Amino acid sequence: MKTWWFTENCYPHLPEESSYRSIRVSLPNINCDPEIASDLYNRYLDLWCACEETGLGIMLNEHHQTATCMIPAGPIMLGILARVTSTARLLILGNPLPNRSQPVRVAEEMALIDVISKGRLECGFVRSVPYEAAAANILPYRGAERLWEAHDLILKAWTTHDGPFNFEGRWYHHRQVNIWPRPYQQPHPPVWVTMGSAASSVKVAEHKHIGAVFLAGYPQIRNIYDGYRQAYLDTHGSHAPLDRLAYLGLCYVGENEREAAEGAKKLMWYMESNKVPPEFSNPPGYHSPQISAQVMNGVTRSGVPTQPKLNEQMAVGNVFAGTPDQVFEQIKDLWEYSGGFGHMLIMGHAGFLSDKDAVKSMKLYSKEVYPRLKELTANADPAELWERSQAMPPKAHVDLGNFGIEFVR
Amino acid sequence: MQLQGIEIDVARRGTGQPMLLLHGGGGPAGKQPFFDQLTQHFDVIAPTHPGFGGRKIPDHFDRIDDLVFLYLDLLEELDLRDVILLGFSMGGWTAAELATMTTERLSRLILVSSVGVKIGGREDRDIADVFAISSEQLAEIMYHDPSLAVDVTKLPDEQLQIIAANRIALGVYTWEPYMHNPKLPGRLHRIKIPTHFVWGASDGLVTLDYGRAFCAMISGATMTVIERAGHSPQIEQAEQFVDAVLALTGKESGR
Repeated sequence: MKTWWFTENCYPHLPEESSYRSIRVSLPNINCDPEIASDLYNRYLDLWCACEETGLGIMLNEHHQTATCMIPAGPIMLGILARVTSTARLLILGNPLPNRSQPVRVAEEMALIDVISKGRLECGFVRSVPYEAAAANILPYRGAERLWEAHDLILKAWTTHDGPFNFEGRWYHHRQVNIWPRPYQQPHPPVWVTMGSAASSVKVAEHKHIGAVFLAGYPQIRNIYDGYRQAYLDTHGSHAPLDRLAYLGLCYVGENEREAAEGAKKLMWYMESNKVPPEFSNPPGYHSPQISAQVMNGVTRSGVPTQPKLNEQMAVGNVFAGTPDQVFEQIKDLWEYSGGFGHMLIMGHAGFLSDKDAVKSMKLYSKEVYPRLKELTANADPAELWERSQAMPPKAHVDLGNFGIEFVR
Repeated sequence: MQLQGIEIDVARRGTGQPMLLLHGGGGPAGKQPFFDQLTQHFDVIAPTHPGFGGRKIPDHFDRIDDLVFLYLDLLEELDLRDVILLGFSMGGWTAAELATMTTERLSRLILVSSVGVKIGGREDRDIADVFAISSEQLAEIMYHDPSLAVDVTKLPDEQLQIIAANRIALGVYTWEPYMHNPKLPGRLHRIKIPTHFVWGASDGLVTLDYGRAFCAMISGATMTVIERAGHSPQIEQAEQFVDAVLALTGKESGR
């Protein structure tokens, strides 16, 4: 199991929550002090450098017009990391392709990072979240169609080396494609794509790309992974290797339960602060009419919950927190239930968690949890894991025992 | 009926001069009182734009042009002549675009609370961004009396899903450039049939000033203002609205 460490680079110094309608899209940037932002960026870069020292992979993403994530251009941040690190692999998850008007530019940016880093790029493509529609001024309807057309263009740009080719698709037109530089890794860097449903996993599996699932927990994980594994088996006639699947959760490892609960509660800022009104979480065409109707009548909130409880989020498999033993068991439980995955993506910093605490958890994970996860997955057989997973009855959450019971209210 | 291989719902009721009625972003209006009143004077033909009213959006549809060519075909298919073309909001935009192409089968154009052109400068928000405001704000700008706004949370799920799908379709046809075609003002001179604008005095989505500026772009066009009405005068002041249409078309109201 390979582990990737992730922070969204938040700007947590917000005004009183009741004073603004949305943390995304419309929160005036007068609330962003460039002096504070500068310090934050440099702190976050240091945290990623600490990942390299502890043997974890580096993961970042991008969002726009939001205090939850101050990276509006993932490739720029990744370009810095390509230079200041030397061994860690660099995962961007990812480039929001439907919202980028020039896929060829994305191909160029990624090739540049791959070359500077001497082949350490892991390149993710995402459809992106609904709140990005207003910020990008892009209608999210048919976003998956745009994503795959851009994907096809980028892969062709990466792998064509004999001069310009022509591309005139439905969404993107480019008549003289011939990127410089070409990627360092041949034929191209590993590709990751996020998956939100069994249906959206099919094309990812057909391409043998790495399918990543964020915060789907026990209620969703198996459905999505099963969709991927079945499509992989149908298309390629063999079982998907574990390293084709990834899962992201929040994670805090402490020396004892009290320390872990305190750290995890600070990570929960990521979920608690996500105040977004329906007009931004439900742009036309992001969700199906069925889901959109549920958002309109208040049954479903789009995105992550805004009044989450740590114990509930742990029980559903979105947060892993505890001593090294406990975190290992929590991840192992979900891993077995899900039928297995080869990449653990951990959000290890959010909100006001101090750098010292973030690094402490990172080191504990690396030293005490990671080796056991590697051992667990080293000789695992995907077919056998899938079979065992399918024999387990569906569940929406796990019993956490007494973890943190006195801290979580 | 089938047009361009697409199944289209077309309501046709009433007798008299044909009136092709193009609905706005809220969806088909066949059940509204004003619609019934119009059918007492006209042969009303009211297609539902693909994507609205629970119908799927054809895969290749993504611009207002797609509707324009669909309705050019509809005029020919039904062999309609001497048609009053009446459009509400985005249906008004569609009607104006169609009339710039040909008025051969048309005798009159009526644009109600119509979007379709840019009036102000690049930093002026001529048309409210309906996709970026709350449902409460939307009710405020849509209605003279915001209490008339439908509380969607009280609707049955099936109906709410159609409203959600209508909103998606509105986005597909109007997203960018938002609710207008930069080329349209340069083409409006081609409309040489009598043209009338009808506007709610309290319209906050596209203001009366916008309506007057749009009206001034078409030679000889007139403006009728409906008091105590917002973006949908046909709903808020149905009788006044129908009377206005009858007056513009030289018909007796019968009241």
